[in-house]
Amino acid sequence: MKEYKTITQVAGPLVFVEKTEPVGYGELVTITLPDGSARRGQVLDTSKDIVVVQVFEGTRGIDTSSTVRFTGDIIRLNVSYDMLGRILSGSGDPIDGGPKIVPEERREIIGAAINPYAREYPREFIQTGISAIDGMNTLVRGQKLPIFSGSGLPHNDIALQVARQAKVRGEGEEFAVVFAAMGITHEEAHQFMKDFERTGALERAVVFLNLANDPAIERLLTPRMALTAAEFLAYEYDLHVLVILTDMTNYCEALREISAAREEVPGRRGYPGYMYTDLATIYERAGRIRGRKGTITQMPILTMPGDDITHPIPDLTGYITEGQIVLSRELHAKGIYPPINVLPSLSRLMKEGIGEGRTRDDHVQWNDQMYAAYAEGVDLRGLVAIVGEEALSERDRRYLRFADEFERRFVQQGRYEDRDIETTLGIGWELLSMLPEAELTKIERKYIEKYHPAHRKKAE
Amino acid sequence: MEVKELIGKVYRVSGPLVVAEGLKARMYDVCRVGDEGLMGEVVGLVGEKALIQVYEDTSGIKPGDRIENTGMPLSVELGPGLLKSIYDGVQRPLPALKDASGDFIGRGIDAPALDRSVKWEFRPVVKKGDRVNGGDILGGVQETEFIEHKILVPPNVSGIVSEIYEGSFTVDETIGVLEDGTELKLSHKWPVRIARPYQEKLPPEIPLITGQRILDALFPVAKGGTAAIPGPFGSGKTVTQHQLAKWSDTHVVVYIGCGERGNEMTEVLEEFPELEDPRTGKPLMERTVLIANTSNMPVAAREASVYTGITIAEYFRDMGYDVSIMADSTSRWAEAMREISGRLEEMPGEEGYPAYLASRLAEFYERAGRVRTLNGNIGSVTVVGAVSPPGGDFSEPVTQNTLRIVKVFWALDAKLAARRHFPAINWLQSYSLYADSLAEWFTENISQDWSELRKWAMTILQEEANLQEIVQLVGSDALPESQRLLLEVARLIREVFLQQYAYHPVDTFCDLKKQYDILRSIKEINDIFYKALEAGKLVEEIIGVEGVDEFARAKFEENYSEAIENAVRKIKQNLGVE
Repeated sequence: MKEYKTITQVAGPLVFVEKTEPVGYGELVTITLPDGSARRGQVLDTSKDIVVVQVFEGTRGIDTSSTVRFTGDIIRLNVSYDMLGRILSGSGDPIDGGPKIVPEERREIIGAAINPYAREYPREFIQTGISAIDGMNTLVRGQKLPIFSGSGLPHNDIALQVARQAKVRGEGEEFAVVFAAMGITHEEAHQFMKDFERTGALERAVVFLNLANDPAIERLLTPRMALTAAEFLAYEYDLHVLVILTDMTNYCEALREISAAREEVPGRRGYPGYMYTDLATIYERAGRIRGRKGTITQMPILTMPGDDITHPIPDLTGYITEGQIVLSRELHAKGIYPPINVLPSLSRLMKEGIGEGRTRDDHVQWNDQMYAAYAEGVDLRGLVAIVGEEALSERDRRYLRFADEFERRFVQQGRYEDRDIETTLGIGWELLSMLPEAELTKIERKYIEKYHPAHRKKAE
Repeated sequence: MEVKELIGKVYRVSGPLVVAEGLKARMYDVCRVGDEGLMGEVVGLVGEKALIQVYEDTSGIKPGDRIENTGMPLSVELGPGLLKSIYDGVQRPLPALKDASGDFIGRGIDAPALDRSVKWEFRPVVKKGDRVNGGDILGGVQETEFIEHKILVPPNVSGIVSEIYEGSFTVDETIGVLEDGTELKLSHKWPVRIARPYQEKLPPEIPLITGQRILDALFPVAKGGTAAIPGPFGSGKTVTQHQLAKWSDTHVVVYIGCGERGNEMTEVLEEFPELEDPRTGKPLMERTVLIANTSNMPVAAREASVYTGITIAEYFRDMGYDVSIMADSTSRWAEAMREISGRLEEMPGEEGYPAYLASRLAEFYERAGRVRTLNGNIGSVTVVGAVSPPGGDFSEPVTQNTLRIVKVFWALDAKLAARRHFPAINWLQSYSLYADSLAEWFTENISQDWSELRKWAMTILQEEANLQEIVQLVGSDALPESQRLLLEVARLIREVFLQQYAYHPVDTFCDLKKQYDILRSIKEINDIFYKALEAGKLVEEIIGVEGVDEFARAKFEENYSEAIENAVRKIKQNLGVE
């Protein structure tokens, strides 16, 4: 075993070791402190003269007399079906007082890239029971759809509601939730755990907890641990796994910390130039594979610093994920839950997941019309602020009312209200009937006749 | 070509960057690193050490591991079998990788770019005693039903043919011999970072027809031209590129998914084989080469993918074909450069990008062009590059440096996308510098008044934008009648002409004749409107006239011209205009 007492420098989360024998890149490292406690790390840079180790559990207490042991292996996670129902630390050790996990397999946590040729395009509609998502920004199996939030907004409630209600209709297939918390507060973690326990969701969940007072660098492991567990459950046990990662902003901060400690050339706002690639190796682990039953759907949550959607974290995330659900402080202030602003929100995969045979035949055009009408109404609010409502035409006033009702009746719903897609579409049609029928230019006649409340009444 | 010590050792590993010692290396030589033989490329030489960027994950590589220099620069293999292929960034076929390592891409796997087992039926066009030069056509192989793969003399080879065979050959077998003993094969290699030679570049006088109304009519690109699509995320950039790949009138399409989403790449991989080529009725894949390097695949291979793609495109150009190449996205490519530059500890330029960003971009786009090839044929490579500016900020270096080079700019607009106006190309910000050089072609082939109509439409849209500012303040009722009519005409141009539904079976493609007919009819309706106004009709009556809705839907009809005529006639009758 390669053991050294040759630490020459400790800088932030990094330890520099001089050594004699070759050490592999990415190797797992154990550092034993003089008091006997151990820390884990990973080789970031290796050369004949010096090895740079990033220490996941923090460098506090490490001195030059600490022993560094290179294990010759890379970081792995013990995976097993019995992980379901368990609570693990951010680096994969059980912290629920239960027994150790007997591994069925020890998996590398750096997942290899899925061959794009082996992927299957996601097209199965997941009903979350939330109208603003199901109707306007539909989630499908195998998608990665983040929630872009801000501090103080109820993104956790939404994530919980999705975790509770998400289902593929007409199927009794097994579903699991892998929940990875990075740097969230004890209180938030408590809220998640309580809800999981109360609703019985914990039984089909694997929880990785790295709390705000846990070492920041451990956060670099947490999502990879979570996804390794998810891949195991999805591809070995055919489960449909929903992975919730919160809060990716904390993950990125940890990445920046390491980068700064290595004195790398900083990119935008001090984040490292490779952040895009790094985030991609996390988000791209969502998906479906041809010929395999299980799937991985991701819902990462990130809080946009200063509510700025152009900040590097949401920006790079948006370039990798298939859309985003954007929360709005304004809607939240109006008392609307969930405060989802559908205008900047997007689900890139919805077009294949909706329509006849998936949701309902009118969904595509209904969505275009709802979207356009709400956008117009919101635009008119700007005009009203200048000229006052009196100056508007009757048509414009209707659009204004449409926008208000859209938020109050369509977007707003209870935290435990599980609306099926028909209900969601139905509310939408009622709202659309506030507009003159001639305005419904994006919907074909046959759907108007079939679903428009005025026609339905006539038919009755 | 002599390289003395082709074996060296690893000195240092830092992510995808490996430093070698004791290795005789030249810039851009390809090396094999470690026992697994990970593929890498020399990107720097410092004293006795060579810096190698490795195309695969380097976990486990340690100092002292063996490095072998192949002595060859990064090259692609060019020959029959390219079409219908799906490659990663360094031309490894993805289906073969799947066979070798399963659903996830393992390390150190190598697979030949061209299938070794397939026998191709070769028909020579040269005979014994002929003198052939680099780029000359030796003969042909019917690669797919509609594409004959011309077998070319490698550009740096010439001589007198002493043997030439006809029959079935694999890409490795000899099909002929030159007098100096050089063996000729169906395939040859070419280094990706060097542009393939040609005789001369020709001016951009022929449009690339895309079947997308806003592109062909308002912002056309020439065959052999360059275009950029920037767009904040969610503005429909990918859909626009797919449409281009599907419908452009080129013989061969090379599609590079550079650092993009896995699921979207899968959509391309699933869709292309199923899509019917409108001109041949065959799957679109039969004239397509796909390069897929998703964002989580190794960053160095992402950097190489763009070169791999353009070299393949140039090769088909040299056969005399029109080729279009889509690079989605060049921003991801630039970021790969930045990432590697950072690892090399190079002095960063703007926003951390290397100082050579501008010259690399220029070099890449300069490889586009309509050329007279070495064998005298005419072929073209049209490059459409997507850029994804962070935060939608066009002032960032990649977008700015790209705009300095490309001649066409299709500005995607998230606001239009939010209104479900697709393709969400902003008609005020976009431009095409080819419009004038292509005007003659349109006049000759479509109609005398094409350019005039185009200008008219652009003027209306510009005026509408000006009026909209007033409308925002005072509302449209306050405008004079003629201006309110103009707004209505502009609406027709926007909603009927510019909006096009990529997923509608009829509307997805619109030939130039139909484009012309629709635009001309809008002009006609415009004239009817103004006549009606002069004749004393109220603006409200004109704007609400029956027939306009019918006109708006006519483009969805198979038999559109009749539908248009009927609608226009109805509008005329209802307004009492002759």
